[in-house]
Amino acid sequence: MYTQMSDGIDGNPNAADEREGAFNARLDRAVKIESPDWMPEAYRKTLLRQISQHAHSEIVGMLPEGNWITRAPSLQRKAILLAKVQDEAGHGLYLYSAAETLGTPRDEMVAALHSGKAKYSSIFNYPTLAWADVGAIGWLVDGAAIINQIPITRCSYGPYARAMVRICKEESFHQRQGFDIMWTLAHGTPEQHAMAQDALDRWWWPAVMMFGPPDSESVHNEQSLRWKIKLFTNDELRQKFVDQVVPQSERLGLKIPDPDLRWNEATQHYEIGQVDWDEFYRVIRGDGPCNRERLQARIDAWDEGTWVRDAAAEYARKHAARSVA
Amino acid sequence: MSESWPQWEIFVRSEAGLAHKHVGSLHAADARMALENARDLYTRRNEGVSIWVVESTDVHAIDPSEAEAFFEPSQDKQYRHPTFYHVPDGVKHL
Repeated sequence: MYTQMSDGIDGNPNAADEREGAFNARLDRAVKIESPDWMPEAYRKTLLRQISQHAHSEIVGMLPEGNWITRAPSLQRKAILLAKVQDEAGHGLYLYSAAETLGTPRDEMVAALHSGKAKYSSIFNYPTLAWADVGAIGWLVDGAAIINQIPITRCSYGPYARAMVRICKEESFHQRQGFDIMWTLAHGTPEQHAMAQDALDRWWWPAVMMFGPPDSESVHNEQSLRWKIKLFTNDELRQKFVDQVVPQSERLGLKIPDPDLRWNEATQHYEIGQVDWDEFYRVIRGDGPCNRERLQARIDAWDEGTWVRDAAAEYARKHAARSVA
Repeated sequence: MSESWPQWEIFVRSEAGLAHKHVGSLHAADARMALENARDLYTRRNEGVSIWVVESTDVHAIDPSEAEAFFEPSQDKQYRHPTFYHVPDGVKHL
C-alpha cells in the first residue's frame, strides 16, 4: 500500500527544491510526515536506517533474556520473562511495520541484518551470565530504552511515532519487572545481594553507552535534530538516565561501579567518570563478547524456519485454489 | 530465499461501540494466520474485541500531491457549520 514517491519531477529541476521547501515548512509547523508524502531521500534513508536498526535491536534483544527462560527461579518469573520476551518480538514487528512504510520490503531489512550491513544496539552483544542479569537488563537496559524512546513518540514521522507510543506503554512493565528482580535479590541472602551487585557492575557501562557516542563525536545528531527524528542529544538523554538511576541504585543498596560518580550541587546533576568509548566502538564493529553468537542465532532461526514459511505459503495457495473451485 | 508472505493492514475495535481503527501491519500467509498474528501482535493486553485484516494491496488511497485539490470543494462552504449563522440576542435553544 505504501509506495514511495520518487524524488523530484522529470523535466523540472526546481520542483525538488520547491518540495523540499514545503517539506521543511511542514516540519516547522510540527505537522507529521506520513508514508505516502514526499520526503527528501536523505530523510527517508536516515529513518529507514534508524527504524530498521531499532527493529533489529528488539529482535536480537530477545536472545540474552531468552537464555534464562528455562532457568527462571520460579514459575511466575518464567511466565513474566516469557511475556517480556514476547513483547520484544512485538516491538520488533511494530518497528518493521513502520519501516516498511518507507517502501523497503521487510525481507531486505532482515537480509541487511544477517549480512552484517545493518547494525543493532551494542548492548545485546554482552552475555547474560546469571539470573540477576535479567533483572539488570530490565532495570537498566529497558530503563535506558524508555528514556531514548519517549521523545520519539513526538518525532516527525507518523508511523515511527505511533509505533513508539505502543512500545513505550509496554516498556514500563519491562523496567519494573527488572527492578523487582534486583530488589528481591538485593534484599535476599548475601550471595543473592552479591549476584545483583555483580550484574550491576557488568551492565552499568554498557547501559550508559546505549545513548551512543558523546555529542562531540556523534555524526547523526545535528541533521536528525533538524528533521525532528531526534529531539534530544545523546548526552542530554544519557544525563537524564544517570539522574534517574543513581537514586534507584541507592534505594536498592547497590553501588554504581564508577569511583568518579558525584553529585554536582551547582548543576543539580550527577556527573559520571570517563566512558570507555574504545570498548563501545569495538562492540559496534563486531568485536563484543557475543556479536558472532548473536548474529549466528538469528541466521539459524531464519534458515531453520524456511520450511515453515514455505509450507504455510503453499497451504494458503492450495486453500485459496480449493475455495475458488 | 523463499517467497515472502503478503502484507496485511490490521484494524482493531477496542470495545463495542467504537469503530475499528488502523493499528499497523504484519505479514501472514493467509487471512486466518493474519488474524491470529494480529491477536498476538496488537492485542496482548486486551486492546481489542474484534479485528479486521485487509491485504495491503487492496487498500486504495489518494496521492498526497492531489490532496489539496481533492479536498478543495469543502474549503469555501462555511455555511455548513452552525457558527456561520448569526443568533440574535435572547434567542435560546438554537
